[in-house]
Amino acid sequence: MPGPAPDERMRPKGRRNTQGIRVDPEAEVTHEPRQAVLSALVKHRPGVLSEVSALFSRRQFNIESLTVGPTVDEDTARMTILIEEPDPGIDQAKKQLRKLVPVISVRELEGEAVRRELALVKVSGEKPDDVNAVADMYNGQAVDASTDSVTVEITGSKQKIDAAIEAFKQFDVQEIVRTGAAALERGPKTLEKDV
Amino acid sequence: MSERASVPKEEDDTEPETEPEPVTTGAQSVIRALENAGTDYVFGVQGGAIMPVYDALYDSDINHVTMAHEQGASHAADAYGIVTGDPGVCFATSGPGATNLVTGIADANMDSDPVIALTGQVPTEFVGNDAFQETDTVGITQPITKESYFAADSDTVGDDVSEAFALADAGRQGPTLVDLPKDVTQGETEVEPGTPETPETYEVPEEADDENVQEAAEALAAADRPVILSGGGVIKANASSALREFATEYEIPVITTMPGIGSFPEDHELSLEWAGMHGTGYANMAISNTDCMLAIGTRFDDRLTGGVDSFAPDAEVIHVDIDPAEISKNVYADYPLIGDARNVLRQLFDAMPRAPDADEWRDQCQTWKDEYPMEYDTPDDEPLKPQYVVERFSDVTPDDTIVCTGVGQHQMWASQFWEYTEPRTWVSSHGLGTMGYGVPAAIGAKLAAPDQEVVCFDGDGSFLMTVQGLSVAVREQLDITYVVLNNEAVGMVRQWQDGFYEGRRMASEYPWIPQFDKLAEAFGARGFTLESYENVEETIQEARDYDGPSVIDAHIDPGENVFPMVPSGGDNGLFALNEDHLDMI
Ligand SMILES: Cc1ncc(C[n+]2csc(CCOP(=O)(O)OP(=O)(O)O)c2C)c(N)n1
Repeated sequence: MPGPAPDERMRPKGRRNTQGIRVDPEAEVTHEPRQAVLSALVKHRPGVLSEVSALFSRRQFNIESLTVGPTVDEDTARMTILIEEPDPGIDQAKKQLRKLVPVISVRELEGEAVRRELALVKVSGEKPDDVNAVADMYNGQAVDASTDSVTVEITGSKQKIDAAIEAFKQFDVQEIVRTGAAALERGPKTLEKDV
Repeated sequence: MSERASVPKEEDDTEPETEPEPVTTGAQSVIRALENAGTDYVFGVQGGAIMPVYDALYDSDINHVTMAHEQGASHAADAYGIVTGDPGVCFATSGPGATNLVTGIADANMDSDPVIALTGQVPTEFVGNDAFQETDTVGITQPITKESYFAADSDTVGDDVSEAFALADAGRQGPTLVDLPKDVTQGETEVEPGTPETPETYEVPEEADDENVQEAAEALAAADRPVILSGGGVIKANASSALREFATEYEIPVITTMPGIGSFPEDHELSLEWAGMHGTGYANMAISNTDCMLAIGTRFDDRLTGGVDSFAPDAEVIHVDIDPAEISKNVYADYPLIGDARNVLRQLFDAMPRAPDADEWRDQCQTWKDEYPMEYDTPDDEPLKPQYVVERFSDVTPDDTIVCTGVGQHQMWASQFWEYTEPRTWVSSHGLGTMGYGVPAAIGAKLAAPDQEVVCFDGDGSFLMTVQGLSVAVREQLDITYVVLNNEAVGMVRQWQDGFYEGRRMASEYPWIPQFDKLAEAFGARGFTLESYENVEETIQEARDYDGPSVIDAHIDPGENVFPMVPSGGDNGLFALNEDHLDMI
């Protein structure tokens, strides 16, 4: 004797959203993506970068940029990872990163963290003085010049570099390379001391 | 019984244990690391790049089981790990050997089973040159292991293996791999491996924060409709008896996940058996309507939750897990308790202010049990029903009988109609859903627990994928009963085609399969055929009585489908009991 059919069964009143969070049954609530800067100390050894980046691609986290470089301790490297995700995703990214064996510590840096990016921009060498003038406006400097081209280095926030590149477009930009952000917390806090 | 790596040894085995000879090569250091970790069995296949390791195994007391295919080696190691709780070990050579292991490693990873894979690799100087039988094994396996190591040096290779061993077993269990270049294993070294230790960056929480436990306990005690959801993590943490005490003391109904089968006795009055896509109607009703869920050692897989938006939507969730990354990954946890399940259950036990006042709820659960019993039709004139075969087998076997399966409908019937009462008796592929898991898993399970009865329910499709493993079962004279629930189809696919693809049975019917009883005999096993209800009991008995591997080819009703069913992404409370219901939901 089978019990009530699906539409006649006792039903719960509650509701969750697609992120598994209980929500007001009347309201439509999802978390909006936001940008987060994750900073990770990792063992400095072959394969670490691929392990970290594979983790992000497998879980379909949207990476804005990822930079990596050595620290004062030669066995340790530091990664700065910018992601854009809703809060639960950012939380997952941190936890999944912590699980990786070569990862020593992970932290999300606060909004006011110092963030810098470097760009090298190669433009036509026809008007070197004008190029220098624009470079000055963005605290950049020419680092290489030939009869045909000038290469300018700019560091700063992503917005500043976007703006500088926009300005250089008048000189026929031939090539650009950008590093993605490197970031550190303001004040005395460090990743080693405070995990 | 098992094939020893050694042919007659010079010294007498009965001599009192002497200090082992110091190691002289990387390979010996690898074997020493396994010995130090207490390895009894290794499942593997020989090959060029792994030969130095096998050569070192020649002088060891570790038993080596030669498998017929490396996929079987990784599944056998996986099952060994499930049954014993300690890591199972598998070996393969480089290239194709290593890639053949991959399915079993991925399977272990999804189910958090402790497995160590040791793979040969071409000599270091050839690595990256596309040398003969080279593959980037570390690169291939990194995303499906807790960690994959490339052993770079003969002096440290033993420590790499020790660490891999400890890591596989630590915290949330899982697979690890060490890739062993041939020059590293052949290379000279006198360095003995250290004791197995996890890497310093790997921290395992033991106990949950007391204050959090207290809050969670109060929420549970205040609940009107409490349930415990017990996952595979309860078994891994050896927390089954702690769970039993907790549930009985506070009279809270217990639902298991499918990997959690056996964590709570299904014949207990508080048991609602398991929930999820093909779980019981009563478990799914309780999941759907609970107002407070104590979920332990589960990762809220979508086969359990259906759509998360409709999963236990009234419930505050207390989530106990040793892996912080599981907290709020799929279902938001109102009370996260990070720690070892057994410890946290003890903490909770002490922290509960009182039992929840849930008489009415328990009555409701009983009503659901009466309303949605696990039943099937058995008119005598119909072809044999698979559920009947499973039930009859369950009736006659001891409680600690181990059941292994392939993947498909037969797996669901084996989980629904067998009564599980003990942990580590249900050995199946959950997260990855690997067809072909059954034949080698039963080999690993039998070697892990030689005194327990082992039966494997397989589908004809799954069985064909790893049938060559029968040769191993025969060689090792393993007393395993394989039951092929033969519907001449990849039945689970056919069921979905009938339900969701207008019955367009593309590539799902297998009317050309071999006669499995004859196939069994060809391998040197015993073969039986079942075609009707008449001789089910008798055949089961004969197969069980045979001292060695036997195969029952059970020709079942090819039209039989698995119910109840929560369609993929559906609502647990709206499970279908039959085809007609599928149209209603
Ligand atoms: C290796 C692998 N290939 C394909 C699938 C997809 N699949 C899931 S269930 C199933 C049917 C299994 O058929 P069989 O083993 O005969 O069992 P039955 O469902 O008939 O009991 C298939 C093909 C799978 N799970 N694993």
